[in-house]
Amino acid sequence: MTVKEEQTSIDVALENLLREVEGLHDDGYRLVQIGCTDIGGAYEINYSFDKGYQFKNLRLTAGPETEVPSISGIYWGAFVYENEMHDLFGIPVTGINIDFKGTFIKTAEKYPFSVTRRGGDRCRNV
Amino acid sequence: MPERIIVPFGPQHPVLPEPIHLDLVLEDEKVVEAIPSIGYIHRGLEQLVQKREYTEYVYVAERICGICSFIHALCYSQGVEHIMDIEVPDRARYLRTIWSECSRLHSHLLWLGLFADSMGFENLFMRSWQLRESVLDVLEDTTGGRVIQGTCKVGGVRRDIGQEKLDEMHRELDPFEQKCRDLGDVFLNDETVKYRLQGLGIVGKDEAYALGAVGPTARASGVPVDIRETGYAAYGDIGFKPVVETAGDCYARCAVRVKEVYASIDIIRRAIEEMPEGPIDVKVKGTPDGEYFSRAEQPRGEVVHYLRGDGSKHLARARIRTPTLANIPMLVKMLPGAQLADVPVVVLSIDPCISCTER
Repeated sequence: MTVKEEQTSIDVALENLLREVEGLHDDGYRLVQIGCTDIGGAYEINYSFDKGYQFKNLRLTAGPETEVPSISGIYWGAFVYENEMHDLFGIPVTGINIDFKGTFIKTAEKYPFSVTRRGGDRCRNV
Repeated sequence: MPERIIVPFGPQHPVLPEPIHLDLVLEDEKVVEAIPSIGYIHRGLEQLVQKREYTEYVYVAERICGICSFIHALCYSQGVEHIMDIEVPDRARYLRTIWSECSRLHSHLLWLGLFADSMGFENLFMRSWQLRESVLDVLEDTTGGRVIQGTCKVGGVRRDIGQEKLDEMHRELDPFEQKCRDLGDVFLNDETVKYRLQGLGIVGKDEAYALGAVGPTARASGVPVDIRETGYAAYGDIGFKPVVETAGDCYARCAVRVKEVYASIDIIRRAIEEMPEGPIDVKVKGTPDGEYFSRAEQPRGEVVHYLRGDGSKHLARARIRTPTLANIPMLVKMLPGAQLADVPVVVLSIDPCISCTER
């Protein structure tokens, strides 16, 4: 028997992201992970949630310069994934509750997985 | 208000086997804030998936960590199997379960030793690692490797365990369990251990769930999350209930792991008794085209391998979310209120695996 776990993926627009995440939070979903995939000049960002082993995924497509709002106001622990998004991929994330400003993951090469290898850092939340 | 000072903790510290750094903001000896940072040994293994064939990447996945090695290989393999719609033979599922639980056993015994060491209880440390050696001996006998087994592959497993060896393992389980229970009694009932751990680093159930905690760290706070309940490998056949405690302190996190040692022995016993006959692998043809979030329960909690194939022999993306990364927010919430002298014990109580986190 191989487990055929049902996994749902829903495309979400940038302007609806926080509303959708808030809805899942209110429904009792646990944040599993946030992960980025290079899809050729842009990023696909997967926000994964679980409730009673039902896996749900919100999928956001963002350009390399697109500022993505932080969901750490809804899921406090999201800061680890959002700092990772910034430090490894160079994605500017705005409003992270604990913003390491590029020092959470200390890599020898800045933004090692960035699609554009930008030198600047726009993730400076005051 | 007392003066606040910042004390750096790590990346090199006697209690840390691997490098993680914490900036501890102190008022006198009391921690008021802890700010973690990682990345000292980040290896970029996720990107290697684009340079290794999908069947070869199992070896890389297994080397993400020397403790959770087999379960990384299992999680990756079952993700590819799901994308390619491969049905793994029953015997391979049972063998995967046995090796997964051996990994959990040696990881928990390793952690119990380190935890005892962090409390200054050296005899308990040595006894825990002595018992761990016998698990490593079984892994070496059955796979050829103590920490990197190399037996899991896409489509099944590479090695079988003969009936003679299975019988021998089954015979040795009872005396081994008794030794583990004697060890566990000290962790659970010794007054000095209780005095050191109870009421330390408390996180409640609702907060642990909201923080996305996983594994023994979550279960010690009363969150019954254990991916083995989804029934992957042979857990669905054997039946499984997670070990849950409710106090949410360092003692509860220790108690969960002690009781999971007993549970793992029981799972191995039942897997041996119910081991089906038959092949251990299937021939794999074609290339993966699709995506899947594969999940498995490591000793430290839920691991996620997000795999995406584009029909070529290389996967386009592997994203690995390890349990320690998910438990860092818990650590940040546990530390405020603790005394500086208790910080090593609290940090170790989440069983941080930096090798996994720095995949």
